[in-house]
Amino acid sequence: MRLSGRHVSCIRGGREVFSGLDFEADSGQALAVVGPNGSGKTSLLRLVAGLLAPAGGSIGLDGGAAELTLPEQAHYLGHRDALKPALSVAENLSFWRDFGGGIEDIGQCLAAVRLGHATHLPAAYLSAGQRRRLSIARLLAVRRPVWLLDEPTSALDAAGQDLFAGVMRDHLEDGGIILAATHTPLGIATRELRMGGAA
Amino acid sequence: MTALAALIRRDIRIALRVGGGALIGVLFFLTVTVLMPFAIGPDLALLTRLGPAILWLGALLASLLTLDRLFMADHEDGSLDLIVMGRTPLELACAAKALAHWLAAGLPLVVATPVLGLLLNLDAAATSAVALTLLAGTPALTFTGMIGAALAVTLHRGGLLLAVLVLPLSIPVLIFGVAASQAAITGPLAFGTPFSILCALSLASLVIGPFAAAASLRHGLD
Repeated sequence: MRLSGRHVSCIRGGREVFSGLDFEADSGQALAVVGPNGSGKTSLLRLVAGLLAPAGGSIGLDGGAAELTLPEQAHYLGHRDALKPALSVAENLSFWRDFGGGIEDIGQCLAAVRLGHATHLPAAYLSAGQRRRLSIARLLAVRRPVWLLDEPTSALDAAGQDLFAGVMRDHLEDGGIILAATHTPLGIATRELRMGGAA
Repeated sequence: MTALAALIRRDIRIALRVGGGALIGVLFFLTVTVLMPFAIGPDLALLTRLGPAILWLGALLASLLTLDRLFMADHEDGSLDLIVMGRTPLELACAAKALAHWLAAGLPLVVATPVLGLLLNLDAAATSAVALTLLAGTPALTFTGMIGAALAVTLHRGGLLLAVLVLPLSIPVLIFGVAASQAAITGPLAFGTPFSILCALSLASLVIGPFAAAASLRHGLD
C-alpha cells in the first residue's frame, strides 16, 4: 500500500497555502509533517481526508481496497475530538465503532488507552487529555489502514505519549500508514515532510 | 444499516438528555398556543375557527426552533467531518439525522396537539384531524428545514438565517395542512384532496431534502 501526493497545491481564502507538494508513504511508514504555524499542515491532512478539495495535483492510495475511496480508508484525528458531552465515554466510542462498521470490543479499546475506569462517565466531565485518549480509542475501535493525525500528542501527559507511541508502532507493524502533523517528536521512527514557511 | 441505526440512536439519545432540546419544542408550542386565547379574546367561535391555523403555526415555529442545531452541533465538535468521511453515503446519513430529529422533536408536537386543542375550543374530531395533518406534514417541515440547516453550516450563520431560508419553503405545507384540517372540521371541501397533496409534499421532501443537504455539506466543507 502506498499513500502518495503529486504536485499538490492548496488555496484557502484566496491565498496559496502551499503548492507543488510531493509526498509518499508506504505500508509501515510514518510521515511527520513539520513546519511553522500557518504552513498548511492541517490543510494537507484535510486534503488527504477529502475534507478540502485540492487546487491542483492529485492524492491517492495504491494497493488499498479498490472499491473504497481514500477518505473511507482513513481515520482523521483532528483538533476537534467529535465527542458528545451528553453521552458517556462508552456511548461515544460505541457510536463511532458502529458508524465505522468496527467489531472491536469497547471495553478493550478503552482499557488500551487507560480509560477503563471512566466507561460510564459523561464525556463532559473528561479532561483535555482524557478526551484525547478517547479519540485515540476511536482509532482502535475501527480498523483503517491510513491514520491522519493532527497534533495527536497535544494535551497528553508523558505516560499518554508513551502509550500512544506504542499504539502507533502496532499500527505500523500491521502495515498501516501514518501521516501526522506535529511539533513534538512522536516517539516512533518517522520520515519528515517539511512544509515551507508561510512566505 | 448498523451505521444508520447507530446515528439515529445517538441523535435521539442526545435530544432526550438534559439540554438536548427535544422538549424545548413542545414547551414553545404550548406557550404559543396558550398565548393565543389571551391575544384573540374569549370568543369561543372565533377560537374554533382559528384553532387549526394556530396549531399549525405553533408547530411550524416550534419545529424551526431546534432545527438549526441539526448539523451545527456536529460541525462544531468535528463529528460532521467524520460523518462526511465515513463509508455511509452522506445522503443516507442526512436522512437518518433528519429522521432522528423528527422522532425526537416533531412527533412530540403531534402527541401534544390533542391537549392543546382543548385550549382552543376544538372538539375531539377537530383535534384528531389537526393531529393527523401534523403527523403527515411535520416530516416535510423537518426534511425541507434540513436543507436550511445544512446551508447554515456551510455559510457559518445559524439561527435567523435558517428561519428566513426555510419559512418560504414551508408555505405549501402550511397551506395544505391548514386546508385539510379546515376541510375535516367545516367542509365544504373533501378532506382527502388537500390531505393527499400534504402527503405528497412530505414524500417529495423526504427524497429531495437529503440530497440537497448532502450536496450543500459536501460543497461547503472547509
